[in-house]
Amino acid sequence: RRRRLLGLIERSRVVIFSKSYCPHSTRVKELFSSLGAECYVLELDQVDDGAKIQEVLLEITNQKTVPNIFVNKVHVGGCDQTFQAYQSGLLQKLLQEDSAYDYDLIVIGGGSGGLSCAKEAAILGKKVMVLDFVVPSPQGTSWGLGGTCVNVGCIPKKLMHQAALLGQALHDSGKFGWEYNQQVKHNWETMTKAIQNHIRSLNFGYGLSLREKAVAYVNSYGEFVEHHKIKATNKKGQETYYTAAQFVIATGERPRYLGIQGDKEYCITSDDLFSLPYCPGKTLVVGASYVALECAGFLAGFGLDVTVMVRSILLRGFDQEMAEKVGSYMEQHGVKFLWKFIPVMVQQLEKGSPGKLKVLAKSTEGTETIEGVYNTVLLAIGRDSCTRKIGLEKIGVKINEKSGKIPVNDVEQTNVPYVYAVGDILEGKPELTPVAIQSGKLLARRLFGASLEKCDYINVPTTVFTPLEYGCCGLSEEKAIEVYKKENLEIYHTLFWPLEWTVAGRENNTCYAKIICNKFDHDRVLGFHILGPNAGEVTQGFAAAMKCGLTKQLLDDTIGIHPTCGEVFTTLEITKSSGLDITQKGC
Amino acid sequence: RGPMAAALRGVGRRFRWWNAGRGGRGGRRGARPGQRDYDLLVIGGGSGGLACAKEAAQLGRKVAVVDYVEPSPRGTRWGLGGTCVNVGCIPKKLMHQAALLGGLIRDAPHYGWEVAQPVLHDWRKMAEAVQNHVKSLNWGHRVQLHDRKVKYFNVKAGFVDEHTVRGVAKGGKEILLSADHIVIATGGRPRYPAHIEGALEYGITTGAADVALECAGFLTGIGLDTTVMMRSIPLRGFDQQMSSLVTEHMASHGTRFLRGCTPSQVRRLPDGQLQVTWEDRTTGKEGTGTFNTVLWAVGRAPDTRSLNLEKAGVDTSPNTQKILVDSREATSVPHIYAIGDVVEGRPELTPTAVMAGRLLAQRLFGGSSDLMDYDKVPTTVFTPLEYGCVGLSEEEAVSRHGQERVEVYHAHYKPLEFTVPGRDASQCYVKMVCLREPPQLVLGLHFLGPNAGEVTQGFALGIKCGASYVQVMQTVGIHPTCSEEIVKLRISKRSG
Repeated sequence: RRRRLLGLIERSRVVIFSKSYCPHSTRVKELFSSLGAECYVLELDQVDDGAKIQEVLLEITNQKTVPNIFVNKVHVGGCDQTFQAYQSGLLQKLLQEDSAYDYDLIVIGGGSGGLSCAKEAAILGKKVMVLDFVVPSPQGTSWGLGGTCVNVGCIPKKLMHQAALLGQALHDSGKFGWEYNQQVKHNWETMTKAIQNHIRSLNFGYGLSLREKAVAYVNSYGEFVEHHKIKATNKKGQETYYTAAQFVIATGERPRYLGIQGDKEYCITSDDLFSLPYCPGKTLVVGASYVALECAGFLAGFGLDVTVMVRSILLRGFDQEMAEKVGSYMEQHGVKFLWKFIPVMVQQLEKGSPGKLKVLAKSTEGTETIEGVYNTVLLAIGRDSCTRKIGLEKIGVKINEKSGKIPVNDVEQTNVPYVYAVGDILEGKPELTPVAIQSGKLLARRLFGASLEKCDYINVPTTVFTPLEYGCCGLSEEKAIEVYKKENLEIYHTLFWPLEWTVAGRENNTCYAKIICNKFDHDRVLGFHILGPNAGEVTQGFAAAMKCGLTKQLLDDTIGIHPTCGEVFTTLEITKSSGLDITQKGC
Repeated sequence: RGPMAAALRGVGRRFRWWNAGRGGRGGRRGARPGQRDYDLLVIGGGSGGLACAKEAAQLGRKVAVVDYVEPSPRGTRWGLGGTCVNVGCIPKKLMHQAALLGGLIRDAPHYGWEVAQPVLHDWRKMAEAVQNHVKSLNWGHRVQLHDRKVKYFNVKAGFVDEHTVRGVAKGGKEILLSADHIVIATGGRPRYPAHIEGALEYGITTGAADVALECAGFLTGIGLDTTVMMRSIPLRGFDQQMSSLVTEHMASHGTRFLRGCTPSQVRRLPDGQLQVTWEDRTTGKEGTGTFNTVLWAVGRAPDTRSLNLEKAGVDTSPNTQKILVDSREATSVPHIYAIGDVVEGRPELTPTAVMAGRLLAQRLFGGSSDLMDYDKVPTTVFTPLEYGCVGLSEEEAVSRHGQERVEVYHAHYKPLEFTVPGRDASQCYVKMVCLREPPQLVLGLHFLGPNAGEVTQGFALGIKCGASYVQVMQTVGIHPTCSEEIVKLRISKRSG
C-alpha cells in the first residue's frame, strides 16, 4: 500500500487525497481545475482501505487530515497551505515544474549533514549539487570542504585534547618506570602543522568521495533568489544560477562576537585557534560553553597560562552537578576562572605573534571593573546560525527571528514544502556531527528512497572533551526533576579511581558516575553521566543500551569488564537520596 | 602418568561418596546446627570469596574468611585479595598501562612535545610502584573485612568433615572452624610443565593463554626482546579472526612468535642465561635459543589438592580437578558451595566470581532466588591493541545457527589519535555477529582497538537486553571516538 501510494505520488502531477463530503477538499479541487491542472483525486471515504491509506499518509507527511495535496512529488499540505502556496506563486511554479530543473537536489553547505545527505541522494540515483563556501573569519581564517567538525571543530579539537593528554601521560610515565630528561616542552607549531596536514587530507577525501558519487561540488556562496532558484557566487565574485526540485539547507553556525570595541579586530575564535601559526601564549577564554572549556583545557595542558571568564554558569543545558565537577577539575589543574564578569573593551598594547592585549571587564552583579593583559583572547560565547544571508526571505522560509534557527517538522521539512534543513541550524535539535550525518542520510532516503525512517533525536549521547572527559546520554538531573518530579526518581552515583591513576599518583575521589532512574517505570535509566578518562568510549555502548530500554536491574545483572572505568556502572549501589558517603577509601 | 592417575581418582571418588553419606547421617565430628562457630565460612580470600563474605556479613551473618598463599616454586607470595589483585588483572593492567605510556611517549613528539632521547625503562621502579598499589589494596581488603566484622584467618584450610575445616597457620599452629555453610573459593594457580626438564627450576609463571599474550605484549612494550612460543593457536576459545589480528599486531610491534613449537628442555648456561631447546612440530626439527627469563603460561590448575575435599565429600571433575557445582553453585554436598576459578566450566574472570559470590550470599541469607547468569559475559584481553568481546565468536555463531542464518557486519577503522603520529591501524577492526533474520539479533561483538574494555562494557549491556542490529544502528555516535565505529557498521561480510 505504501509503495502503491508513493508510486502514485511519483507518477502524477497533482494528487489530492480527499473525502467526497469535505468542503475544504472541494475548494482545493476547484482551485486546481481553475488553474487547468489535471488532478488525480482519491476519495478516501469511497475506497475500502481509506482509513489505512490515511495512516500511511500520516507516516509519510505527518498530516492525517484531508485534503492532503502533492504537486510534482512535493507535499504541499492541506487546504490552507495550498491556498497560501497559490498566493505566493509557489503552487504555479510547482505546477510548471517538470524535469526542467538543473538538479534533483541542491544542498547548501558542505558540512557533515549536507555531505551525508548529498552523497546518499546521489547513491539513490539523483542528480545532486553541493554548494560550500567558507566566509573568512574576521581574522582572515578560512578552510576547505567538510564543515565545522572537520576543519574547526571535533577533529582538531580532539587532536589538541589528545596532545594535552599526552602531556599528562608524559607526566605519569615516570611513575611507571620511564626515564628521560624531564624538561619536556611543547611546540605549538609542530602540533598545529601535523593537525592541519591531517585536516587537509580529510578535505581532499571529501572532495574525492563527492566526485566518486558524481555529486557536483561548487565552491561558491549560495543564496536563494526566487522559488527553486539559487545564485552561487564564487571567490572572484562570479555569479551562476542553478535550479533544483528540492533543497536542503545545511549551512551550520559560526562563532558569535561580543559586539564590543576591539572584539573583531583583536580577538580570535575557535575558527582561528586550530590553525593559529603561533603559540597563543597567555590566553583569556571568554565563555563557558563546551567549546570554551575544551579549548581552555587543552591550552592549559600545554602549559599555557589560561583564564576563563564566565558570565553565569558552566555548560548551560548540561547536568549542572557534572558541569561543576568539570570546572573544579580544571581549576585544580591550573585553569583560572573569573566568575560573573563580561568583557567591555579589548585594546591592543603590542603587535606581534602573539601580541599583547588589554581586556577591560565589568562585573555582572555590580559596578566593579577589572583589567587584564593577555597575549590572546579567545571568544567562545556561542554560535549563530548562518541563515540570515542566504535569501530565505525571498522564498518565504521561516526562521526564528531571535535565534536565526530554522523550525522544521519531524521530517526536517521547513514551512516551504520543497525546502528541508539539517544540522546545527535546526531549532531545538542537538548540535552534533553524528546527528547531522544521521538526519541528512535519513532525509535523502525518505526523499528519494521510499524510506519512512525518521531521525530520532531522543537519547543522543555526547561527550565533552575537557581535561577530564564528560560523557552523557539522556536527561540531566535538573531536566529529569522538572519532567518527572524528584520523588519519582532514584539517582545512583559513585566516585571512582581509575586503576591507571593509582600508580600515577593522580587524585582519588575525582572521577564520578551517575545514573538517573524512574522509580515508577522499572527503574528505567533516564540519564547517564560519567566524568572520567575515555568518557566518550565508555558512553557509546551505554547509549546503545538505553535505546533498548536500559534499567537499573539490567545494569546490576551485567558483568563488569575488569579493570575498566566502565564497569563502575554495573556495581552502583548508593542512592543520592540515602545521602551515604561515596568517597573511596583504600581501594 | 595418565591412566594411572585416572584409576586412582576413580577410587577416591567412591571413597568420598561413602564418607559424605556417613557425615550426613551423624554429623559425626562436626558441631550441631546452632553450635557451629559461623553461619558462613569462606575458604579463599580472592575476588569471589571476599564478595560473598562481605555480602553475607552485610546481611547480618557471622562470617569468617580463611586465606593462605602457598609460595610459588620461586618463593613468591602475597597478601589478601587473591589472584586478580595480587598476580592478575591489577598488576597486569598497570604494566600494560606502562607499555601504553611507552607508545604515547613515542607519539608525543608528533603532537609537539619535545622529548629528549634516550628514553629508557626501569623495571624495578615500575614493579615497585605496582607492588605498592597492590599492597594498598591488600590493606584495603583487610580493612573492609574488619569494617564488616568478618573474621579473617591467614591459615591454610583443609576439610575435617563436612561442617568443619582445620586451618594451619604459617608457624604450624592449628585452628578448627565450623560453619553451617561453607564456600570454596580457592581459585587456581599457574601450571608448570613438570615434564620439561628445567621448567620448575628456572621458569617463572603467569596464567593462561590470554595472559601469555598480555605479558608478552607489555614486556615488548617496555623495550624487552620477547618471544612467544605457541604449541598451536593463540587465544583458544576466542574468535579466531580476532586472535590472529591480535598476534599480527604484536608481531608488527616487535614480539617474535615461534608457532607450532613445544619446549623440551631448559638449561642454565655458565653465564646465567637460560638455554631453551624446542621441537618444531611441523618440521620435526629441533631449535635452541638463549633467554634471560622463561615465563610459563600453559594454563592454570584449581587449588583443590590440599583441601581434603574427600573428607567432606565434595565432587571434582576427574579431568580438571575442578569442583562440580549446579546452577546454585552448590557442590555434591548441599551446604558446601564453590565459586570462581575453582569451579568446573565457569569463565575465569574476576567480575563473574564477584557477582556469583554476592548472589550466592543473597540466596543463602537474603531470601533471594536470583541465579548467576553466565551467558554473554563480556571480557577484554589487554594485549597492546586491546581486544574486547561479548557473546559468541563467529565460529561459535556459525556452528550454532548455521552459516546461512548468520550475518557478520565488520569494518576496519583508524582511530583519530593514530593519524597525527602516523600509527599503523591495519589491525583496528570491529565486527558484530548477528542473526540474519530481521530484526537481526546481535549474537556477539568483537572490538580490537584502543580502550576496548571501556568500549565493550556498555555494548555488553545492550546485547544482554537483546539488542538488534537495527537498534544499534539507530544509536547516534559520539564523535570522534573509536566506539562510534560500532554504531556505523554497514558492511556485511556476505556483501563483500
